[in-house]
Amino acid sequence: MIDESLKSELSKQGIFTLKLEELYNWGRKNSVWPLQFGLACCAIEMIATSMARYDLARFGAEVFRPSPRQADLMIVAGTVTKKMAPQVIRLYNQMPEPKYVIAMGACAISGGPFKQGYNVLKGIDRYIPVDVHIPGCPPRPEALLHAFMTLQKKIEQQSLTSEQRPRHLDVNAPSEFPVPRYGAHDLEPPNNPDVWQPPVATRTE
Amino acid sequence: METLDQLKARIEAAVPGVRVDIIPNESPSGQKSLLIDAEHAVAIARVLRDDPQLRFDYASNVTGVDWVDTVLKEKVKVKKVVDGVEKEVEETIEKKRAGYLESVYHLYSMELKHGPVVIRMRTGNRTDQVHLPSLTPIWRGCEFQEREIFDLYGIVFDGHPDLRRILMWDGFKDYPMRKDYVEPDDYEYEPTAHDKVLEKAKRHEGQGTPAN
Repeated sequence: MIDESLKSELSKQGIFTLKLEELYNWGRKNSVWPLQFGLACCAIEMIATSMARYDLARFGAEVFRPSPRQADLMIVAGTVTKKMAPQVIRLYNQMPEPKYVIAMGACAISGGPFKQGYNVLKGIDRYIPVDVHIPGCPPRPEALLHAFMTLQKKIEQQSLTSEQRPRHLDVNAPSEFPVPRYGAHDLEPPNNPDVWQPPVATRTE
Repeated sequence: METLDQLKARIEAAVPGVRVDIIPNESPSGQKSLLIDAEHAVAIARVLRDDPQLRFDYASNVTGVDWVDTVLKEKVKVKKVVDGVEKEVEETIEKKRAGYLESVYHLYSMELKHGPVVIRMRTGNRTDQVHLPSLTPIWRGCEFQEREIFDLYGIVFDGHPDLRRILMWDGFKDYPMRKDYVEPDDYEYEPTAHDKVLEKAKRHEGQGTPAN
């Protein structure tokens, strides 16, 4: 480990010293390219976030990719219907590691106002791991920017060698997740127990 | 525009052997509708569209209704002899009505600028006699809406060019808009639960995995 005062002195002379891990994460967090797809009205806010006023380009994420093969981040922006869910999960599976997911808005995190509906998935985190959840209906562009900054912090803090290393550096960690099938009454299975477990429901009168 | 009685007479004159009933509506809108029989439905629809006095060239909306088996109560005044004196007494008569499915079409005329006229068709029951003729050959715009009714209510439209499910997937077995549809038990928690949803939520109380 380099001495902090020496590091500070060197930086004044224009010499930067850092760990490879820091350089690697710095590069990764400032070039997160989102997958270009939207599902409902949250996508409109996502588009607004990418335009001049809110300017997602400040964070190096303006390059929305039309192909999952080139994308690092999936922003699930909107209601995921049960008919659409297998396609969303298949898109996620087609993205190369390292990959991240932001569940944007009430619908994507829980089903939102359509929670009691028969045809809406009650949260995309039932099938794929979600890194950042944003509440809101829809969330404002500032909320998406905040989620994005939260994701950047998460990437920055990822250690490359420890037990908590990110999934793409762990050979045993899965990169693809099972795609549910269309059943006679519901999706089969109704959730992926490796990714999501039902929470304890309690009621206080 | 003609009244429904005139319209009914015109249809009966144009299509021999037809059965048309006027369905009353006791709601504030008072919008009555025509119940037409399924065998002659396509012929009636053609008259409604092509008659120079009618020209209903636009079906703005097609929807379905599920009528379950029910008991209708009707109050009738009956003359009865009570204690040797003839009196008028109110009696309630209960009538059982078997359930059926209904398709409802709202028609307008763009050319003559009148409408709407509401026409209905009824199936025999809710289980095995659920066929109705498709009116897509008459009004092209009915195609997706009839598919939606097929998907959500289970009415089979004979003569439809492409009758498949439209909102749910192929292989889905239920008809979600029917009154007796049982939805999958696929959520555990509802913050503002009441009535049926509260019952459903209570089943999951105390279960699940604690958050780490």
